[in-house]
Amino acid sequence: MESFFTRFKNVLVLVAILLAQTIGLAIQVRRPVESGAPDGEKVLLLRYWMVSMVTPFERLVHGAGWTVRHGWSNYIDLRHTRQENQDLQAQIARLRVEQAAFAEDAMQGRRLQSLLAFKENYVDKTVAAQVIGSSGSELSRVIYIDKGSLDGLKTDQAVITPDGIVGKLRDVFPHTSQVLLISDQTSGAGVLLATTRVRAILRGSTTGRILINNLTPDQRIKPGEQVLTSGGDQVYPRGLPVGTIESVAPDPDHQPYTLIRLRPAVNLDQLAEVLVITGTQTELPPLAQKDLAQGAATAEAKAAAAKELADQQAAEAAANSAAQIVAERLPSLPEAERADGKAAAAPSVDSVTPSTAVPKPELTIHPDRYSPGATLPAAELKPGAAEPNRAGVVPVPSTDAAPPGQTVAPPKPRRPKPAPATASPSNPPPQ
Amino acid sequence: MATHSYTSRRELEEHSFSPLVAVLVPLAAIVLQALLPRPFPRLAILDLSLIVTIFFAVSRRSPAAGALTGAAIGLLQDALTNQPIGVNGMANAVIGYIAASIGIQVDVDSLTTRVLMNFGFFLIDGFLLYLINFRLLGLAGFHLYWAHELIRAAINTVLAVPIFFLLDNAKRRE
Repeated sequence: MESFFTRFKNVLVLVAILLAQTIGLAIQVRRPVESGAPDGEKVLLLRYWMVSMVTPFERLVHGAGWTVRHGWSNYIDLRHTRQENQDLQAQIARLRVEQAAFAEDAMQGRRLQSLLAFKENYVDKTVAAQVIGSSGSELSRVIYIDKGSLDGLKTDQAVITPDGIVGKLRDVFPHTSQVLLISDQTSGAGVLLATTRVRAILRGSTTGRILINNLTPDQRIKPGEQVLTSGGDQVYPRGLPVGTIESVAPDPDHQPYTLIRLRPAVNLDQLAEVLVITGTQTELPPLAQKDLAQGAATAEAKAAAAKELADQQAAEAAANSAAQIVAERLPSLPEAERADGKAAAAPSVDSVTPSTAVPKPELTIHPDRYSPGATLPAAELKPGAAEPNRAGVVPVPSTDAAPPGQTVAPPKPRRPKPAPATASPSNPPPQ
Repeated sequence: MATHSYTSRRELEEHSFSPLVAVLVPLAAIVLQALLPRPFPRLAILDLSLIVTIFFAVSRRSPAAGALTGAAIGLLQDALTNQPIGVNGMANAVIGYIAASIGIQVDVDSLTTRVLMNFGFFLIDGFLLYLINFRLLGLAGFHLYWAHELIRAAINTVLAVPIFFLLDNAKRRE
């Protein structure tokens, strides 16, 4: 018997080790399997010993790194800080306007929720924590933070960043906590597709990708759709960003379901600081209420300004309309006269423009000897010759040309004619 | 006249380590492995604990000691994860046992042997982890990606060679 143990000592040791660990695994694994469930007391004790042994080193390294980074970023690398500040101020102004746009909808939504006795959970209290380490294994996607039960943390509390959800607390130790990331294969969360309002269950995978694989094919679900928490898991408050759908394909392992891959809203590989949600409430937190009131006030001011502008435009439109009505009712010139007026006005425009043409006198209506063209050119005139009779020219008896012995009757006085309506300067009245 | 004679290759090349080295080196490997992936996420592919397990196993050339060392390092490694404690413990115990058994038979101090040995043990480790997770724990979503396992084995082998030469200096020669 002694020789048997001596001969197979190594194999027996191996079998004993494997057997003991198999029994240990059997004790730890519960049926049905609870995804991301915290450990039992004995297992937790073993983890606590190990975490207590490792985390001081992690804190030391993290503290040294943080001091260097903090010193560099806060005292040395301050380039473009002023520009960033201006950009952030502009962003705040823009967000206030956007907030005003959503404030009324939010208030209306809250009124409707209160009417339906619908209880919403709002994030009330959070604890900021820094990530100090990881599990060091590809198959286990957990991180360690520097806050624990002494800071008010408890298991199953949600861990988030301003960008979206990170995971939940799995094991909490006095000064440290283990966070199970949503990308871990044992992780899960209730989610809601933002556009289609389809509810689903989010799962992690061994490759670290986050997936939805409990939905049947739906034409409405397309890549790019945002995914939010649904609040149904009692861990994550409703409406927090989870990620964006990256691809939709048939699931080869679970037909006829689809395999929806998501791009997480948070970069889970580069986490530095996180927020642990330690308290939720059904009423909006005071700060959020203040923000909402400010948004509502901004919205009211915008609405008043818009109304004033609309009133002003309406008054201007009414004034224009009255002037048009008055103009239509007043007597006006006939169309023909308007056309003549336009024709008469046309030359006046031409007269303004300089012209090189010599102006010609208008034709005389009643020509006389003073009319242009009535007198012969000087080359044709002969001294002493009688004045040629011209058609249309009234002959004037000349006393110089009468024959001797004949008496010349005196000319009858001409009856004056009434002056024409339009007097012509070229035809002056006789004097 | 009493003469000291070696009766086997095992007795000829059996090495021991000081208790400080035997404790601190695995602990340093686990701490480094937990720290490195935070600033460099891609380094999560490294498995320093397994490299250390293989080194101690082949150096001591005792399968029982190799199995115990592997189990201890694996359990500590498991304690930092969210997996049930014992997954890496079982895998490392088997690797430690096999490594020590091989160390008795072949010269594990040559470079070629070390490269082949590490590459093979990392592939075996991937397969053992698949068996434990998929068969023993019943994780249906657990898959074995051979391409990934080959890359993991290659990268860890490249890292294991200089670590082995570094740790050779810690051997206590009697």
